Amino acid sequence: MEVLMAFIVGFLFMAATYLMLSKSLLRVIIGTAVLSHGVHLLLLTMGGLKKGAPPILNEEAASYVDPLPQALILTAIVIAFGVTSFLLVMAFRAYQELKVDDMDQMRGNDQHE
Amino acid sequence: MTALHIAILSPLAFAFLIPLLAKYVRRIHTGWFVLILPALLFIYFLRMIGMSANGKTLIAELAWIPSFGINFTAYVDGLGLLFALLITGIGSLVVLYSIYYLSKEREQLGSFYVYLLMFMGAMLGVVLVDNVIVLYVFWELTSISSFLLIGYWYKREKSRYGATKSMLITIFGGLALLGGFILLYIMTGSFSIRSMVSQTDIILSHDLFIPALVLILIGAFTKSAQFPFYIWLPDAMEAPTPVSAYLHSATMVKAGIYLVARFTPIFAFSEVWFWVVSITGLITLFWGSFNAVKQTDLKSILAFSTVSQLGMIMSMLGIGSAALHYNHFEYYLVSIIAAIFHLINHATFKGSLFMAVGIIDHETGTRDIRKLGGLMTIMPITFTITLIGAFSMAGLPPFNGFLSKEMFFTSVLRISEFNLFHVSTWGPLFPILGWTGSVFTFIYSMVLLFKTFTGKYQPEKLEKPAHEAPLGMLISPVILGSLVVIFFFFPNILSYRIIAPAAESIMPHLLAGNETFKVKLEGWHGFSSPELHMTIGVVVLGILAYLTLTKWKKIYRLFPEKLTLNTLYDRTLYGLEKSSNKVTRTYMTGFLRDYLVYVFLFFIMMIGGSLVLTGGFSFDMKGNAEIGAYELVLSAVIIAATLTTIVAKSRLTAIIGLGVIGYTIALFFVIFRAPDLALTQLIIETISVSLFLLCFYHLPKLSFKPRTVKFKVTNVVVSIGVGAVVTLVALAANSQHTLNSISSYFIENSYKLGGGHNIVNVILVDFRGFDTLFEITVLVIAALGIYGMIRLRLEKRGEEQ
Repeated sequence: MEVLMAFIVGFLFMAATYLMLSKSLLRVIIGTAVLSHGVHLLLLTMGGLKKGAPPILNEEAASYVDPLPQALILTAIVIAFGVTSFLLVMAFRAYQELKVDDMDQMRGNDQHE
Repeated sequence: MTALHIAILSPLAFAFLIPLLAKYVRRIHTGWFVLILPALLFIYFLRMIGMSANGKTLIAELAWIPSFGINFTAYVDGLGLLFALLITGIGSLVVLYSIYYLSKEREQLGSFYVYLLMFMGAMLGVVLVDNVIVLYVFWELTSISSFLLIGYWYKREKSRYGATKSMLITIFGGLALLGGFILLYIMTGSFSIRSMVSQTDIILSHDLFIPALVLILIGAFTKSAQFPFYIWLPDAMEAPTPVSAYLHSATMVKAGIYLVARFTPIFAFSEVWFWVVSITGLITLFWGSFNAVKQTDLKSILAFSTVSQLGMIMSMLGIGSAALHYNHFEYYLVSIIAAIFHLINHATFKGSLFMAVGIIDHETGTRDIRKLGGLMTIMPITFTITLIGAFSMAGLPPFNGFLSKEMFFTSVLRISEFNLFHVSTWGPLFPILGWTGSVFTFIYSMVLLFKTFTGKYQPEKLEKPAHEAPLGMLISPVILGSLVVIFFFFPNILSYRIIAPAAESIMPHLLAGNETFKVKLEGWHGFSSPELHMTIGVVVLGILAYLTLTKWKKIYRLFPEKLTLNTLYDRTLYGLEKSSNKVTRTYMTGFLRDYLVYVFLFFIMMIGGSLVLTGGFSFDMKGNAEIGAYELVLSAVIIAATLTTIVAKSRLTAIIGLGVIGYTIALFFVIFRAPDLALTQLIIETISVSLFLLCFYHLPKLSFKPRTVKFKVTNVVVSIGVGAVVTLVALAANSQHTLNSISSYFIENSYKLGGGHNIVNVILVDFRGFDTLFEITVLVIAALGIYGMIRLRLEKRGEEQ
């Protein structure tokens, strides 16, 4: 299972990289969202996918899955959400001000001033 | 803190007082207050002559950074004392001269004397410390204060150019010097020069010997304006004349000489040292005097002349190392003595010449020899001073330059008899270079003297009518000029007290126990001596050449401007700036994509590369969970959704694809027994998707038109690389579980200590509550940021106002 997940994570990373390298700002943001999915899945996979009870006590279970990666991922999900929404609004505002979505036209160097 | 430390640091401390004096005591020229200090210091150091003449030294320790062995160890021996006397003695005279030279009303005297005192303190530090790191600190302080002094008239473009040039070159040398010192420390384990001298045999046989030697010599040559680093000195003439007289003739440029002399006991046994020091010195001697002849500015003549004379001193120090290889060393020791003697002589006559030139400049408004002439009767005292200085510089009796030049000829003649280091092949080069250099020295000395003072007086070309300088301005050059004559007639007042102890510090290996050198300077070698014939040759040829100067001066034009070292320096700087600009522009494109490509490529190469190179990759299926049917289905879904997102033409498709990925991940969380994660993921994915939809409503159509195929291929390659590296790392990490998880603790204690059944929640708010606190902070900041971005319109508000 872990092997399969490793490949899925790799695939998500690949897709995210590809999206982040594109010209459109929106694609870049979608790319970051995909990247965070990949990272969360990677965290979970690296914690071990052994079968066991969900980490809630009193189920009379012999073993539980590792709760620590889950706590870490939960934190990461929330932070990624905060950052993504911030980026989104920023893209929205950038479009409002500059009327472009093309990263190449947003070059900030002296040639543009 | 002993009296000696106080003496070294007093100029630096006194510099703090100067701005106050300059500001509040406006009636009296600030220089008068400054004058007290170097005069007192001079007296203080004079009183040490007796001690040093008896072969004794003075050492005073002061801990600075003892844990690194860096201590401010002040150390006075013959060599240090000689320099200290020059610095304070000429320093006093220069301060006195500057009082009359610089106007109280027009100039910023405060800064001038602060820089000057800073320089004086730094210079005393250089010559009187034993610890190389402290020496380096003072060394750089001389560079900095010299930079400030050259750029004193900072509104002139040429001053700034000269200051920058000297800064770049001397700091370059200073850094090389630091490197050399550190190498010496590696070899000997000590920063103390005395301790290094006692370990000379270790250093000589060490692999780092040559690098250390080369680095230290670069430091010395840049400071002392040796070939090819002399180019900063002529441009440093933009400084006020007292500065040129002090720094660029008598003291700072001799710091390199001091360094070579100080490290002679360590390096001089080597053939490399002998050749590099003496040949560089001779080339500098020749080249400096050759170039001095063509200058038309009085200070430029003196600058090149300084270069040339420093080369002469340097070559004699190099030649003097031959004394270490013979039992009857006195035969070659004469060069060391000549070097020290000429060092003193040069400081006297060059100081007075600079001051005289300053007077001419001050009283006529120009330093151009084409405009000057016939000043002999108008400025008789200045003329006398210049005559003494120029004749001494040319090596004529009855002035001290004659004695040291004769000794120079003696040493170059003797070195051609030297039969070590293959000198026999190149031996004749020494007297030839030395002699031709002297001929040119004679010519430019005569140019300096006669073009200025004889010929026709041309008042129409001068800015103001020429007249003799005020008495105060003449005191210092007159004192220096009289010393020039006194040292000729009574050279031995120097020999026992100053020159012999200095020679002992340069050549300590030649002395056993309490021996001292017996130095006796001879004013007269007899008619048959070859040195006298050489001098007569110099004079005869020099006079002929001077008289025919207009005819052969054309040869200077043969040398193309493009090939000069100044052009090389300027072009190198220009080229460096331009090419670094070019290089930066090629990779700092301003495109986000390019930077991301660099980042990803770096990631691939570093992580992937180290995985491959260290053999860190391993593959082990043991302990893995089984693959179920659900997971396979979900994997297929997630891959399909990702592909949809990538190739989507419309933004709606892309968002839906992204939503599908998110919900599939939530389902993965369900399967992998993570109920809280699944819950959060579902909610957050819903919110994100609606946010995306909300924002995208206002945005244009998703366009993705790759400019070129190459563009797309790079993206694909980089993306696949990143994905592959992540997969490999994940596989490798999964196959190498070395330690057990700490989660058993959480499982056992969740209820016992935390009082909760949901272990994940207990971890979040109890075991690791800080993470949650700051995660909440992140959300708050994001929310505030979003609010601010939407509501704040600073630019528009500015427009309204």
